[in-house]
Amino acid sequence: MAADPIHQFQITKLFTVGHIGGQEIAFTNSSLFMVIVVGIIGTLLIGMTASRSLVPGRLQSMAELSYEFVATTIRSTAGTEGMRFFPLVFSIFMFVLVANMIGLIPYAFTVTSHIIITVSLALLVFLTVIVYGFWKNGLHFLKSFVPSGIPIYILPFVVFIEVFSFFVQPVSHSVRLFANMLAGHITLKVFAGFVVLLGAAGWLGWLGAVLPLGMTVALTALELLVAFLQAYVFAILTCIYLSRAIHPGH
Amino acid sequence: MDPQAAKYIGAGIACIGMGGAGVGVGTIFGYYLAAALRNPSAAQGQFGNLIFGFAVTEALGIFSLLIALLLMFT
Repeated sequence: MAADPIHQFQITKLFTVGHIGGQEIAFTNSSLFMVIVVGIIGTLLIGMTASRSLVPGRLQSMAELSYEFVATTIRSTAGTEGMRFFPLVFSIFMFVLVANMIGLIPYAFTVTSHIIITVSLALLVFLTVIVYGFWKNGLHFLKSFVPSGIPIYILPFVVFIEVFSFFVQPVSHSVRLFANMLAGHITLKVFAGFVVLLGAAGWLGWLGAVLPLGMTVALTALELLVAFLQAYVFAILTCIYLSRAIHPGH
Repeated sequence: MDPQAAKYIGAGIACIGMGGAGVGVGTIFGYYLAAALRNPSAAQGQFGNLIFGFAVTEALGIFSLLIALLLMFT
């Protein structure tokens, strides 16, 4: 019998932490994997940079590489003033990247395949943009919705589109990551299910099962690329949204 | 018609919109590749723009997927 491809996204309760109102606060397998992700990032980065040498070793250059990678992305999209948001962007990038990568391990839970996680991250960025934009620029922040050099008769329409696209940002920001992870993992499990189905059909099935097995391996390689690309896209969009709060003029 | 069946048909129709996003993403990467082969030294500097264009184009496909998911699960 084919396994249910949706079953991998099941949230199970591990233990109860307490109650707030009538609502149970439980430690789920999702929480467990978030703790694992943070633990991995923390141990790796602290371990990699423990022996700071002028000529970096293999591990230290990996940490420096990830720092430089995010720093270059911020500098090229949000300018040097964007570097004050480096801790935020780096944390989000590493969390999404490691969560995506961990999810590819069989039997592991993919944290980012649940929309509540990605929406929380996207809303964090969205609210940061609004709060920082008004705090730094005051009402001048609203000028970022009025592009300069637009003829006056189409200006209301352009402003409407700008405001609308600003409020749609967290939707597309979160659903992109969620949908990519969800669709990729369902596809993987469907092809893996074919292997089981064919394997149950006798020796001819064993021969036929080689095809979906090869497909599963190829899809895993593709998912590895998607996992990295989506983490990068999430980080670069964070930078672009933040640059609106830093430079509202354009 | 059974409302549940109509929902599923609507979800299927909504997914057609993702085809347009597929064309758009293909166009973006195709033109980037063509331009990168003409001038490989300038390609690295435009990678951020490539990803941004890809993300904005893909957002439109995501909206149609969102409609499909809303129809399926609400």
